[in-house]
Amino acid sequence: MTATLYIPCDSAAIACGAEEVLLAIQAEALARKIELKIIRNGSRGMLWLEPMIEVATPEGRIAYGPVAPEDVATLFAADFLNGGKNHPLCIGRPEDVPYLKNQERLTFARCGITDPTDIEDYIAHDGYRGLKAAAHMSGEAIVTAVTESGLRGRGGAGFPTGIKWKTVLGLDAQQKYIVCNADEGDSGTFADRMIMEGDPFLLIEGMTIAGLAVGATKGFVYIRSEYPIAYAQMEKAIVAANRAGYLGPNVAGSGKAFDLELRLGAGAYICGEETSLLESLEGKRGMVRAKPPLPAIKGLFGQPTVINNVLSFVAVPTILDKGATFYKDFGMGRSRGTMPLQLAGNVKHGGLIEKAFGITLRQVIEDFGGGTASGKPIRAVQVGGPLGAYFPQSLLDTPLDYEAMAAAKGMLGHGGIVVFDDSVDMAMQARFAMEFCAVESCGKCTPCRIGSTRGVEVIDRIREGQNRQKNMELLADLCDTMLDGSLCALGGLTPFPVQSAVRHFPEDFNRPAGHRAAAE
Amino acid sequence: MPILHALNDEFGYVDASAVPVIADELNLSRAEVHGVLTFYHDFRKEPAGRHVVKVCRAEACQSMAGRDLEEHIKRHLKVELGETTADKRITVEAVYCLGLCACAPSMMVDGKLHARMTPAKFDKIAKELR
Repeated sequence: MTATLYIPCDSAAIACGAEEVLLAIQAEALARKIELKIIRNGSRGMLWLEPMIEVATPEGRIAYGPVAPEDVATLFAADFLNGGKNHPLCIGRPEDVPYLKNQERLTFARCGITDPTDIEDYIAHDGYRGLKAAAHMSGEAIVTAVTESGLRGRGGAGFPTGIKWKTVLGLDAQQKYIVCNADEGDSGTFADRMIMEGDPFLLIEGMTIAGLAVGATKGFVYIRSEYPIAYAQMEKAIVAANRAGYLGPNVAGSGKAFDLELRLGAGAYICGEETSLLESLEGKRGMVRAKPPLPAIKGLFGQPTVINNVLSFVAVPTILDKGATFYKDFGMGRSRGTMPLQLAGNVKHGGLIEKAFGITLRQVIEDFGGGTASGKPIRAVQVGGPLGAYFPQSLLDTPLDYEAMAAAKGMLGHGGIVVFDDSVDMAMQARFAMEFCAVESCGKCTPCRIGSTRGVEVIDRIREGQNRQKNMELLADLCDTMLDGSLCALGGLTPFPVQSAVRHFPEDFNRPAGHRAAAE
Repeated sequence: MPILHALNDEFGYVDASAVPVIADELNLSRAEVHGVLTFYHDFRKEPAGRHVVKVCRAEACQSMAGRDLEEHIKRHLKVELGETTADKRITVEAVYCLGLCACAPSMMVDGKLHARMTPAKFDKIAKELR
């Protein structure tokens, strides 16, 4: 009998030793003369359990994790190939783990279950149903469905996706483009990476539907160079989709053409900003463009362009398959549908949590995350990447939706949540925000280019105790200038983490200089 | 950019002598090509050490003692970020997020990812880099 094993090819699993475990399992199986069928699936998103290995059994898949090469011999001894439960690493059926059970997975429904680059497997698990529906609809009807679903840009700005698409649909042009922003540079985010590594056809499907909707025949995916595995998986999936007729001159029998190309970034955070990304795609320095004109009107090579985040595109197939109303029924207020949240940092159970909008920060961190990894109390939580605000304990009951986050002077961004325990020095975090902006600024506008460097200097003076009162005022003033005067979100949002640190943790900016030196 | 990536991958850096050739081929000015080359962190202007260690400096790694790891690496190899050891063995660079934030801190050694790092784990890996 051949046993079927699932060993993730997800970056996080590999970084935690999945390849070494795979080799150990193969060696042990060879010694025991057992034949194995090994499928490299994506990750289920329970990252503290990686590498998590699953075995197909008559009662479903049984998981073990986190597996180290040293555990392999005892796993075989415990008959794990038949789902043996008598092993300390046995988790049982992954679907029964509360972490997964309590989620509402629409976008990530398949991730970790299928063989990511096997198109047959994708279709067998309800893949391409959205595109098949869209292939027989008019562009207007597709755009209407996306508009009615209430889907908003998942990259951070939260702009209604349907309205963006409608603008491009309404324009006459020789060539229109679909561009996917997969330059996921925010610290604490990894949902784009997980979906590209674990379910790449979903992104291809979403972008193809966008192409049919607005009449674009060409798409680009701009992937950051820090994600080599995601790039390789996407490359394989595009070849398979072309071969099966889901990309190319006649997409899914619609009579319409759509082609997809990959482009690799080169380590510039700013290229996650949409206009900078377009410049980079054109082969130039990633300098931010002034808006207007909007990319929808004059985007890539001056042509009308739909540019969306990975998480926006991958939400679309569900909407076309199950209907706008189905999707809209999740969520709260003006934030509809589900959001793939990414819980990371100093937390016991980090991973991917897809929930309808409206869950509170505390529910995510305590119910799913199980508190800090260090066991110390939570002091601060940064939401929305390096440009997102820090939240103190007292604000952890803020619901995660676009409006509620904005009201708390923060932002949801790309859904990254990074937890810090009480050892964090918030003045140091504020300094890092400025330092990061200085390193990554494209240099086009002054508030961002110069303001960030001056910001680092001012915070250094405050930390050293020089003229503290005056320098705090100067810092506040500088933040206002950057907020109001920057061209794009990098300079315009860098003050968010700084101001929130000052507002919620003033004591960290008012410590004797000697105390700090001793602590470091 | 695909051209610069190809050169960088093949030679480990983009030599200044390549700039006029690329400019000529693409009908651009040398300044434009130089501008692109120097804008992106990935493109190297000179050869790196035999091994490249990229250590993550972003927030999620900071929350799990990423700064201590960074200090340890710098002390251990006697270099600053962006520098190469005197024997040309290892180049240490900063990277802002490898997307392994739930298993922090992380780093990349010659393209291979490592998560849940500790100074001891780093010493073990560094010892194997020749």
